[in-house]
Amino acid sequence: MNTNDLKRLASRAESEERSRTAAAALPELAAEDGLLDVAVGTVASPIGELMVAVTPRGLACIAFEGEEHRDEVLGRIAREISPRILPSAKGTDAWRRELDEYFAAKRTRFDLRVDRRLIHGIARDVLVQTSKIPYGEVSTYGKIAGRIGHPTAARAVGRALGSNPIPIVIPCHRVIGASGALTGYGGGIDRKVRLLELEGSVLPGLAR
Amino acid sequence: MPPFQDFLEANRATVYRFLSVAVGPNDADDCFQDTFLSALRAYPRVTCGERLDRWILRIASRKAIDHHRAGARHAFPTANPPERAAPPIDPTPDDELWAAVRTLPPRQRVAIVHRHVLDRAYADIADLMGTSEETARANVYRGTKKLREMMR
Repeated sequence: MNTNDLKRLASRAESEERSRTAAAALPELAAEDGLLDVAVGTVASPIGELMVAVTPRGLACIAFEGEEHRDEVLGRIAREISPRILPSAKGTDAWRRELDEYFAAKRTRFDLRVDRRLIHGIARDVLVQTSKIPYGEVSTYGKIAGRIGHPTAARAVGRALGSNPIPIVIPCHRVIGASGALTGYGGGIDRKVRLLELEGSVLPGLAR
Repeated sequence: MPPFQDFLEANRATVYRFLSVAVGPNDADDCFQDTFLSALRAYPRVTCGERLDRWILRIASRKAIDHHRAGARHAFPTANPPERAAPPIDPTPDDELWAAVRTLPPRQRVAIVHRHVLDRAYADIADLMGTSEETARANVYRGTKKLREMMR
């Protein structure tokens, strides 16, 4: 017998294949044992495929397309919430359904809970105020600054909105410049326009 | 710590390959899931310096040995080996070799899989199985010798 014969008993290719199937069952088993701290799923949308991260407390994060960006986001979740992150259709199902309904214009507000553990400092206040802007309406950086008690901090508000880990659900796309200019968006201005159009917002000339 | 899904993706094929031979194809799925669930449980507490590819193989080695011990405790005395033949997905001409592998004591079986399937150095095998390097060599040597005798 040649000791290399042992390698034939489990080939690399077969192990690759069968481990994929065995690994696919892990998230459910982990959830049963209370070990799935962060479930990750994807949602197809008119503004590209979204990655959603859901914890037992609620939706913690939505990330736009871009592999590097997603790795960065998952790294941050691993550090700030838990590294027990696994893909799970079941664990993200309820949120994916609400987002689907939103993109089909059949939902104007989200009912499920959010997990705010990725939101820190001034962004907490800014995003709480932002969450109050109703569907189909817009506000301005200056107004949000006023509502958090720092009327001159429009720029800081802009930065806080840029750090929003749960875009769409915390509707930072509804905040625009005082002149009516859309100003900026973490996911790019085009996505901001699409979201505002979807919501039927009336904008002064949709100035870009 | 990297997200667990990245760690799983990077290590699943090697761990599965190890377990396929160390416990046999029929029990590989269960042991594989057991191994990664144990890892998931401990994952947030793993120290940064730990090499994760070694860490997971250490857990898998322990699971494989425990699996055989549990099998030996619970098995009814019967002529049939606790494992059945290779699954129908991939019928191999290696039934004789499988039969020989099944007769090995658990630690020798695990050691030769590390050595001859995963091509690990003896120092690694010692680390993965929590033994001295001498013991690792002895386990591989004895296991290999037995296989050779049976396959003659």
